[in-house]
Amino acid sequence: MKPLTNRAKQVVNKEMTFSEKIYLPAVLGGLKTTMSHFFKKQATVRYPEEVRPFSDVFRGKHVLKRDESGAERCTACGLCAVACPAEAITMVAAERKKGEESLYREEKYAETYEINMLRCIFCGMCEEACPKEAIFLTTEITPANYDRSNFIYGKDKLVEDVNHRTDITTRQAHKNLAK
Amino acid sequence: MNVDTTYLIIKSLMVLTIFGITLLIATYLTYFERKVAAFLQDRLGPDRAGPFGILQPLADAGKMFFKEDFIPQNSAKSLFILGPGIAMFTALLTGSIIPWGPQITLFGETFDFQIADINVGILFIVGVVSIGVYGIMIGGWASNNKYSLFGAIRASSQMISYELAMGLSIIAIVMMTGSLSLKDIVAQQHGMNWNVFYQPLGFIIFLVSALAECNRAPFDLAECESELIGGYHTEYSSMKLGFFLFAEYINMFISCALISSLYFGGYNYPFMDMVSDPTVQGLIGTAVLFGKIFFFIFLFMWIRWTLPRFRYDQLMHLGWKMLIPLAIANMLVSGAVILFNQ
Repeated sequence: MKPLTNRAKQVVNKEMTFSEKIYLPAVLGGLKTTMSHFFKKQATVRYPEEVRPFSDVFRGKHVLKRDESGAERCTACGLCAVACPAEAITMVAAERKKGEESLYREEKYAETYEINMLRCIFCGMCEEACPKEAIFLTTEITPANYDRSNFIYGKDKLVEDVNHRTDITTRQAHKNLAK
Repeated sequence: MNVDTTYLIIKSLMVLTIFGITLLIATYLTYFERKVAAFLQDRLGPDRAGPFGILQPLADAGKMFFKEDFIPQNSAKSLFILGPGIAMFTALLTGSIIPWGPQITLFGETFDFQIADINVGILFIVGVVSIGVYGIMIGGWASNNKYSLFGAIRASSQMISYELAMGLSIIAIVMMTGSLSLKDIVAQQHGMNWNVFYQPLGFIIFLVSALAECNRAPFDLAECESELIGGYHTEYSSMKLGFFLFAEYINMFISCALISSLYFGGYNYPFMDMVSDPTVQGLIGTAVLFGKIFFFIFLFMWIRWTLPRFRYDQLMHLGWKMLIPLAIANMLVSGAVILFNQ
């Protein structure tokens, strides 16, 4: 039978030679091999200080975007909740009052918007379903927690900070390509 | 009377110093071992506790103290407690006769930097090391666990086998020096006149036996994790386990000190006569000794992370059929050469 690789070696049950019997040459060879690894670059990534770059299409924690003037884009249409295969998204809609025009972009907005991160499978269907470009998945990781209730992310954790916008341009490009 | 008091104080201080240094070094050998292991495997090793992880041994010790100190119900309780005690006691005892440096002059008195210069020094070490196996034996037997018993039996048979080769290789050194005192043996290797150049074979036999005596890989059959879970310390927890592991590192430190003293000139170094001040010469000597010790400790770790474990029959084969005949031949040839040169 033809071997798959050229690494196969025929086993020979021959007597060991003297140099093989005293082990020392083989031991020194082994020591040399391990010492060569001593000076090699370590493969370890020091995680919290050093983060490996994610792929552009990585799907992490969600963000609820604001528009250019800082008003929330989400209109609580519920398409994301319908699209969600894990049924992780819930929301309560409310009507915008007078004087709240700078806070919410359209007349209807999400009073509460919650994603259960333990249910979420990070498929990105909410992002694809959204007609208002309001929800996006970022490259952030959902951090570990001690309590299950802390994994239900409300608007406080999801809506982006006006002063520290979340960059989702790579996700947008990906979304446009898919269309 | 006054002289005796100074003598007593200085000796007590020396005992405390050596005790402290031994414990400190053994503590940091655990850290050193993990770092060496990591670097040899392209990893980083502990680096979270303190800068470069140097507080890791303290964290480990703290963890050990707070673990539940469990004694199995069907164990022989007094012996179970005695086991790690003996292991630790004998490990610490051997440090007392290593000459850590040449003579030093303090307060107008001349002292050897050595706790006790026993005229049967080397025999004392061999004897105490043999008692050390009782700690493992008693601990393993008292656990009332088959794995522990296996580990203990392996440890004792291994120690008996390799002690012979070790003793025979030491005899060649003793014949060359004409003294059993470690102080004399080290003093005779003045400058670069190290025993390893006269006894290379003896050195290799001693090194291999020392690895086996310390239960270090590739001879760590007594505790081989893959077959015996933990060997003789399977049932141990908390600081009792800590004592066993700690005793092992102390043994390693003392073994390396012994190898350096017997074969690599101890505190002697080339061109030491060029240093005129005896105190400076002594201090450099002590530093040189510690340098040699750390080199051998590194060698021990390097070997541990390179070689796979011996099988039990291979271990016995190597000990009885190769090392002992070689050691006897080495002893006979050395004796003959010494006789003809007289």
